[in-house]
Amino acid sequence: MAFSDVNLTRARDIVARYPRPKSAILPLAHLAQDQDGWLTAEAMEEIAVLTGVTPAEVQGTCSFYTMFKRRPCGSLLVSVCTNVTCLVTGGPAILRHLTERYGDDDDVTVEEVECLAACGGAPALQVNYEYHEQLTPEIAEALVDDYKAGRRTPRTISGAQR
Amino acid sequence: MAVTETRIVTNRLREFTEDSWTIDRYLATGGYDMLRQALTMQPVQIQDEQVKASGLRGRGGAGFGTGQKWSFLPKGIYPRYLAVNGDEGEPSTFKDHMLIERDPHQIIEGVVISAFAIEAHIAFIYVRGEFALGIERLEQAVADAYAKGFIGKNILGSGFDLEVVVHRGAGAYIAGDETGLLSSLEGERAMPRIKPPFPAVQGLYAKPTVVNNVETMSTVPHILRMGGEEYAKLGVGRSTGTRIFSVSGHVARPGNYEVELGITFRQLIDELAGGVRGGKQMKFFIPGGASAPWLMPEHLDAPLDMDYVGSELKTMLGSGAIMVFDEDTNPALIAWRLLKFFAHESCGKCTPCREGSMWLEKVLFRISHGLGRPQDLDMMLSFGSTIVPGLNAPFSQTTICAMGPSTMSAVVSLDRFFREEILEMCNAGAARPTIPVTSA
Repeated sequence: MAFSDVNLTRARDIVARYPRPKSAILPLAHLAQDQDGWLTAEAMEEIAVLTGVTPAEVQGTCSFYTMFKRRPCGSLLVSVCTNVTCLVTGGPAILRHLTERYGDDDDVTVEEVECLAACGGAPALQVNYEYHEQLTPEIAEALVDDYKAGRRTPRTISGAQR
Repeated sequence: MAVTETRIVTNRLREFTEDSWTIDRYLATGGYDMLRQALTMQPVQIQDEQVKASGLRGRGGAGFGTGQKWSFLPKGIYPRYLAVNGDEGEPSTFKDHMLIERDPHQIIEGVVISAFAIEAHIAFIYVRGEFALGIERLEQAVADAYAKGFIGKNILGSGFDLEVVVHRGAGAYIAGDETGLLSSLEGERAMPRIKPPFPAVQGLYAKPTVVNNVETMSTVPHILRMGGEEYAKLGVGRSTGTRIFSVSGHVARPGNYEVELGITFRQLIDELAGGVRGGKQMKFFIPGGASAPWLMPEHLDAPLDMDYVGSELKTMLGSGAIMVFDEDTNPALIAWRLLKFFAHESCGKCTPCREGSMWLEKVLFRISHGLGRPQDLDMMLSFGSTIVPGLNAPFSQTTICAMGPSTMSAVVSLDRFFREEILEMCNAGAARPTIPVTSA
């Protein structure tokens, strides 16, 4: 089984919230990802059973959304915005710096993302969906190192509280 | 006279920065009083005498009359659903993010009142997946509201039942489109659907559904508090009330500003947001999110009036995001980055948008990186007119949703205001060796 007993109970509660079970695919995929660190094929198969659709339908839905990682990624997901406001305030330099710095680090996955709706504090990034704003490459690196060293507690890979 | 903010929707979160999102603070500042009042009224009274009379128009981007939207629900067909759009993804818009994180109960009160008015018994609040803290606070707020009897069975003894479900998105701009949101809520890819049938007739699970933005919902309790007709006295023409504008880019004080509609862009950008930073001149600005055609400094004295901006300036106030760029900005680079966004976010359902955004991005990449060719701008206008026939405002479209024409806003703006500059860049680029069309 893909879901733990506790999460399976949660999953059934989530399904029960919706008039139709298929609506629960997104929340269940978040739950599975938080449990496993990424969205596994087994999890998608179990979600299919829970929502009464085929595994292909679950995969079809999940592959559309950027938050679902369908291959293993680092336990720290650093999402750097480079959309226009961050572009003109230094986002690309932060992305380049972090990509180089953590390129060989299996714990840290650095990704470029679209507008995070934090333009008032641009340039912005998220670490496991926790916002950090008004950054420079140096501050951003220090921040990620803080998470790595345990000086900051990260959220789960889908952004839930631990 | 210096312009100031008119804080209606943002009053609590500005005043009580420490705990504006808690139920205690909400109740201590008059929270849920309007719900009590609403439950003593007839649903049709709220629709007509309050919301319709207020002139409230959707704050998500399209600006459609909220009361009018509600009135499209066919009579006698149940269940009906209320879906609230908190999937804020329009580049440089960050108002809903603030409202969800810092005043979730205000949204919930608006949701319960609105659901009562349209006779819906389930409401879904679709929140952008990346808003981790916002979702946490909204879920807590919903739990607290259930515990206090503001949501659930027989709300405050009125006999009205409502379930509220917070639904978390997972990273897709197009889920912010009204019908894309419904597809996503059904567990599908967030692909928009052709209209008609409009969601009011066949929406979620093919049942009558109203889709309203988070800011729209947050405004509803205040309309009841002030009275619809009083609310309508704020603003200008058919743009009544206040709106939250997200000002960002090269300004001294970027941020969200709630202002009465009808003040000018200049007042908003110069007086409230502190003008262009570093003593520089403004080169251009984008008035309504990435989808809006651009404007120039000469347009700064135009009013923030949805109709005026549409008919006279050929653009839109859209999601209320205003991006300001200084004199050193390369407009082709901004256009390229916006198209990179659209190419990434196109859902792929309609060919003109899927292929068009991809090719526009590739051509803009080479222009903005000094490798443009003299014919590039006209070539983009040529194939772009298969997405937007005629290229005239207001844009027509060959796609199901408004994202198709949005992809051409930046290109049309380059042609309108920066044609010489682009051609010059392209002519310089043409002297360089040709490299294959590629992206970063």
